[in-house]
Amino acid sequence: MAALEEGFTLSAVPLGAGPHGLLGVEQSDKADQFLVTDGGRTVILYKVSDQKPLGSWSVKQGQIITCPAVCNFQTGEYIVVHDNKVLRIWSNEDVNLDKVFKATLSAEIYRIHSIQGAEPLVLFKEGAVRGLEALLAEPQQKIETVISDEEVIKWTKIFMVFKHTVLIFITEKHGNYFAYIQKFNSHTLSKYTLLLGQEEKSVIQSFSASVDRNFISLMSLSSDGCVYETLVPIHPRDPEKDQRVVRSLLLKTVVSGDARNGVALTVLDQDHVAVLGPLLPSSKECVSIWNTKFQTLQASKELPQGTSGQLWYYGENLFVLHGKFLTVIPYKCEVSSLAGALGKLKHSQDPGTQTVPHFVNWETSRGHRFGSQNSEQSKRILRRRKPEVSVQNPASKQLLSAIKKDSEKHIEEELCKFLAIKPTPDFNTIIGDIVSELLGRHKAEPSFYPRNSLMQLIQTHVLSHSLCPGLMEAALEKADVQMLQLCLQQFPDIPESVTCACLKIFLSISDGSLQEAEINMESVSDYSDSVQEEKMEEQTEVLHNGFNAEEENCGNCDRELNKKPQDAAEETTSCPVIPKRAALLNAILHSAYSEMFLLPHLKDIPAQHVTLFLQYLYFLYLKCSENATMTLPGLHPPTLNQIMDWICLLLDANFTVVVMIPEAKRLLLSLYKFVKSQVCICSELNKIEVSFRELQKLNQEKNNRELYSIEVLELF
Amino acid sequence: MGEFKVHRVRFFNYIPSGIRCVAYNNQSNRLAVSRTDGTVEIYNLSANYFQEKFFPGHESRATEALCWAKGQRLFSAGLNGEIIEYDLQALNIKYAVDAFGGPIWSMAVSPHGSQLLVGCEDGSVKLFQITPDKIQFERNFDRQKSRILSLSWHPSGTHVAAGSIDYISVFDVKSGSAVHKMLVDRQYMGVSKRKCIIWGVAFLSDGTVISVDSAGKVQFWDSATGTLVKNHLIANADVQSIAVSDQEDSFVVGTAEGTVFHFQLVSVTSNSSEKQWVRTKPFQHHTHDVRAVAHSPTALISGGTDTHLVIRPLMEKVEVKNYDAALRKITFPHRRLISCSKKRQLLLFQFTHHLELWRLGSTVATGKNGDTLPLSRDADHLLHLKTKGPENIICSCISPCGSWIAYSTTSRFFLYRLNYEHDNISLQRVSKMPAFLRSALQILFSEDSAKLFVASNQGSLHVIRLLEGSFKHLHTFQPQSGTVESMCLLAVSPDGNWLASSGTSAGVHVYNIKHLKLHCTVPSYNFPVTALAIAPNTNNLVIAHSDQQVFEYSIPDKQYTEWSRTIQKQGFHYLWLQRDTPITHISFHPKRPMHILLHDAYMFCIIDKSLPLPNDKTLLYNPLPPTNESDVIRRRTAHAFKISKIYKPLLFMDLLDERTLVAVERPLDDIIAQLPPPIKKKKFGT
Repeated sequence: MAALEEGFTLSAVPLGAGPHGLLGVEQSDKADQFLVTDGGRTVILYKVSDQKPLGSWSVKQGQIITCPAVCNFQTGEYIVVHDNKVLRIWSNEDVNLDKVFKATLSAEIYRIHSIQGAEPLVLFKEGAVRGLEALLAEPQQKIETVISDEEVIKWTKIFMVFKHTVLIFITEKHGNYFAYIQKFNSHTLSKYTLLLGQEEKSVIQSFSASVDRNFISLMSLSSDGCVYETLVPIHPRDPEKDQRVVRSLLLKTVVSGDARNGVALTVLDQDHVAVLGPLLPSSKECVSIWNTKFQTLQASKELPQGTSGQLWYYGENLFVLHGKFLTVIPYKCEVSSLAGALGKLKHSQDPGTQTVPHFVNWETSRGHRFGSQNSEQSKRILRRRKPEVSVQNPASKQLLSAIKKDSEKHIEEELCKFLAIKPTPDFNTIIGDIVSELLGRHKAEPSFYPRNSLMQLIQTHVLSHSLCPGLMEAALEKADVQMLQLCLQQFPDIPESVTCACLKIFLSISDGSLQEAEINMESVSDYSDSVQEEKMEEQTEVLHNGFNAEEENCGNCDRELNKKPQDAAEETTSCPVIPKRAALLNAILHSAYSEMFLLPHLKDIPAQHVTLFLQYLYFLYLKCSENATMTLPGLHPPTLNQIMDWICLLLDANFTVVVMIPEAKRLLLSLYKFVKSQVCICSELNKIEVSFRELQKLNQEKNNRELYSIEVLELF
Repeated sequence: MGEFKVHRVRFFNYIPSGIRCVAYNNQSNRLAVSRTDGTVEIYNLSANYFQEKFFPGHESRATEALCWAKGQRLFSAGLNGEIIEYDLQALNIKYAVDAFGGPIWSMAVSPHGSQLLVGCEDGSVKLFQITPDKIQFERNFDRQKSRILSLSWHPSGTHVAAGSIDYISVFDVKSGSAVHKMLVDRQYMGVSKRKCIIWGVAFLSDGTVISVDSAGKVQFWDSATGTLVKNHLIANADVQSIAVSDQEDSFVVGTAEGTVFHFQLVSVTSNSSEKQWVRTKPFQHHTHDVRAVAHSPTALISGGTDTHLVIRPLMEKVEVKNYDAALRKITFPHRRLISCSKKRQLLLFQFTHHLELWRLGSTVATGKNGDTLPLSRDADHLLHLKTKGPENIICSCISPCGSWIAYSTTSRFFLYRLNYEHDNISLQRVSKMPAFLRSALQILFSEDSAKLFVASNQGSLHVIRLLEGSFKHLHTFQPQSGTVESMCLLAVSPDGNWLASSGTSAGVHVYNIKHLKLHCTVPSYNFPVTALAIAPNTNNLVIAHSDQQVFEYSIPDKQYTEWSRTIQKQGFHYLWLQRDTPITHISFHPKRPMHILLHDAYMFCIIDKSLPLPNDKTLLYNPLPPTNESDVIRRRTAHAFKISKIYKPLLFMDLLDERTLVAVERPLDDIIAQLPPPIKKKKFGT
């Protein structure tokens, strides 16, 4: 989950005295040190972790810096341009910029680019690019004009692609935008016209780009507040021709559309972008992190004193000019999850609450925590918490006494308090006691069923069936499928009889009551058109890893591969049970059992339920066999072995019954068919085994397994 | 270090006998193991699990039960209907008493150690009184319908549980009448089996009787009411053995599928005093039936048809996580079954009921390290010598010249003269053995094959001069006054002047053969001796102990040598001390007095006393030749222990001459191939 940490101000000196705020923030050759170029005359080297400047250099009165200072990573020197044409190169030891190396060029410079592992490049305003060394060797050399008249460079960036530098710059002419890609290994320049699509009238306000194997993913923030992505190929098919690239909408309305200035965009990583600008028309400016994959707002931070509309991102820090001061906001991105992202989305779209979303505070959250990831997270936080004044014993005592008489609501609150305390070594026994106490009261007064509390306790991961044997019993009585599913997932030691009782309930409960239940669906993916979906997924994966040249070729063979299973899929209809029931049945499939003890209980299941379950299992088997890895899609799907074992078990237990039912006949026939094919495979494998054994024998003979031999041994 | 031609012998077709019973003795921390051939072995668990004693078996004496009484006395009972007590000092059978109830299937000693109970084929349970030097029949309990297969005393000694076929009886000891009869369900997985055999019972102090039976059940019974309390179905096959710990908080059962299950008494909930038996750990260390289990305070011990004795330490009971906490699997006997005639290149193999004599092959080729040389002559099986009578062979030996073979059973001593005429071999038994030469624990020929040394089981050592076709008794060294401990190991010096002998616990005695008197006694050490040898020329006695220590004692000087003191001061390498099989043979290089060759089941080692000793930081075992290292490094890293692990399991290794070694291996696969097939378990996809 992406998060912004508390920012800090870098300089005590007001910056941004120039007309356009800061000129730039650039990395130096040492980690944690950054060159900040003021719009006026000053270059300052900051050490971010110490929050203090290490050095400051100024040009003479009357001169003005026109291009941000950069560090030449190959020599460790700094380079700055003043008065458009004059290069200054200096090192850390130099004090006065007047006395350092100076070179006056024949044309005006737009930017100097420096990147780790390559020579700095100089981009001239006319679009020509030169290496620094070549330029210094002959400063007055003629610089050609690349771009047409009235075309103005708006933005530029440099990348390393496979150890070669690639420079991109965007120009604008009469509201049309062009992208130029300059490759330095082949000295080719390709030009692309950016097609704005339907939003022709919008003005692009900020650019950012990242490189993704064979593409530069160019993101642009338009004046309508949306972020668009344009994929610009690095290796053009025909470099001579004028080419066009279209942009696609990536994020909708990340900043308020009427924000005319002070908006900026930068790519953070594969899935995240940072946007500077007001979220809502009336609100203050803020930095916000968006997840492009889930289209969600991950974090944001208000900047009430206004910004210059500039945003830089290096390493783990976002640099932004807040008021008159340069502010550093550390940015962190943990592994993101859909659940977490959705949680954010809810918050950010709720107009009633504050516009700036907060993190969910796990320490105060109560109940409604489903899914293992969330609860794990909460556990981690619980563990991190410092021990509080309250001691374990009184808290648990208080809770136990609350259980005896108080209402469910009150108990829940007490429980939350108790769980928030750092777990002690006897945590699990106390949890066990609490559960048995709760169940005891439930037994005494059947109306008392503290469902939420129990759910919360189960998710502490310390309970087992033997610790609270009554829990599942009570849930079975209440036909509380959600609780049963949770128990099946969490308890390692459920007896086979209880597993079977759960199975009976899962099979017999009506669809209507299932729809109401809130069931963890992570083990079920949409089976109905999983073939198509999988193909889609594959494609998105390819995109994630960048352009795959073989994709087109592969598509055909894929289709051929898929042909057969598709036929099979046509043969079987859709999933015989609704997804919620499927999720419950999957929980059964995942549970541990010993067949010897399970078989007698399986015999008690009514025939039509057996058939239904068999149909579902057979359906799963078919889905499994559709792909080469023999797995089902989804987060935590049943494995092929589990499916097979259960089919065998069910048939073993109920064979005579199943044989008698007419509607099971077709199913049995298909099962028979697939067993036959399995037997076929097995016999083939056996054949191979024989050959392997022969090989092994040959090998053993080589290893001299005779009864007697004379060998030479040298001891060292 | 040198290049050797190694005769790699794998034709020793030795199959250890399956384990039938084990009995653990808590007082002395010893384990008695009986095998299907009637042999009874005593393992000292404190001395690195060394097999310190053994009683040879007898064809007609199938042991079915084994137990310790009063800490020191060992009884066995078997299908010949006899109860036998063993003499642990003299290593022979003290007496045998017929119980007159047909084959005996079970036996149990009362908790106080004064009474012995046997269960017989005819359904009788017989009570014997244990007197200081014998046992005496006291009375019969109520006779049951069928054989009594298992017996267990209540810890108070007032009641006895007896497992029979289809039911368990609870007897009142005072009256001898059956108080309860608990019928065991014959049903097995819903299928009715013909009979349900109660293979084992255990009576706990709270009155619970635990039974294991042929239907794969472990059942808990209340002996006061005679009702079934709890039933664990744990196997598809028979559960054949049970053993309860002294604290009665855990017990172990063994099944015919080779699985051993550990049951523990654990609290039902966190802070309740109510406890219940829970099956906690399954172990699968066996491939075949686990016929016997024992429960020591720190380990589960199991043995069965697959001949392994497995000692599985309970990690929660082990205080120090040292090498003792590791699983032990004992397969081979800790004594030598092979002797060798260096002059004629003969090997004599000892089996239970016969001896085999083999001549090694030869080759004229040479090669480099690792080569297998072409044979110019293959090994020959010269002789197959069957014993007369039903008794097992205790020990055997071939003389260095190859012309004498001697072996002994419990009651007879045999000496043969071998004559070689070209390729023909003739065997002539030396008749008229003197009366005192009845049974030998160890036989040894002198280097020149002119003398024969016999350690008899009364602690005496006989010296016999061998002449062409006859012999002459020279002398008998009597044991020190008061001791009757038998000598198990002998070593003679190559010059024939010194004879060293060692028993199971006392020190090593050295006799002067010329003057026929005791020369000295090596100070006794806490751990039993596993191998002995006297070096040529220097007459240094090298002694290996079961704790993997090796001492060198100078016989002429009557003191430990300088090298021995040095290595004791510095200590052996930790990896050397962690080996889990004892050294069973020591020999010397005829031309290199500084070398000692010794081996255990998994390595052989040449100790070069001239090189520095390894410390714990040096690499003890380096299988790779030091190729690209300079001489300086090689010299610096070289240490005294040159170890090879190529040959394993190694039953015997000796130097035939300066450049030739003989190694007798017995691959485990070959043993497994000759065992009966295990119970087939259904596996998915097969």
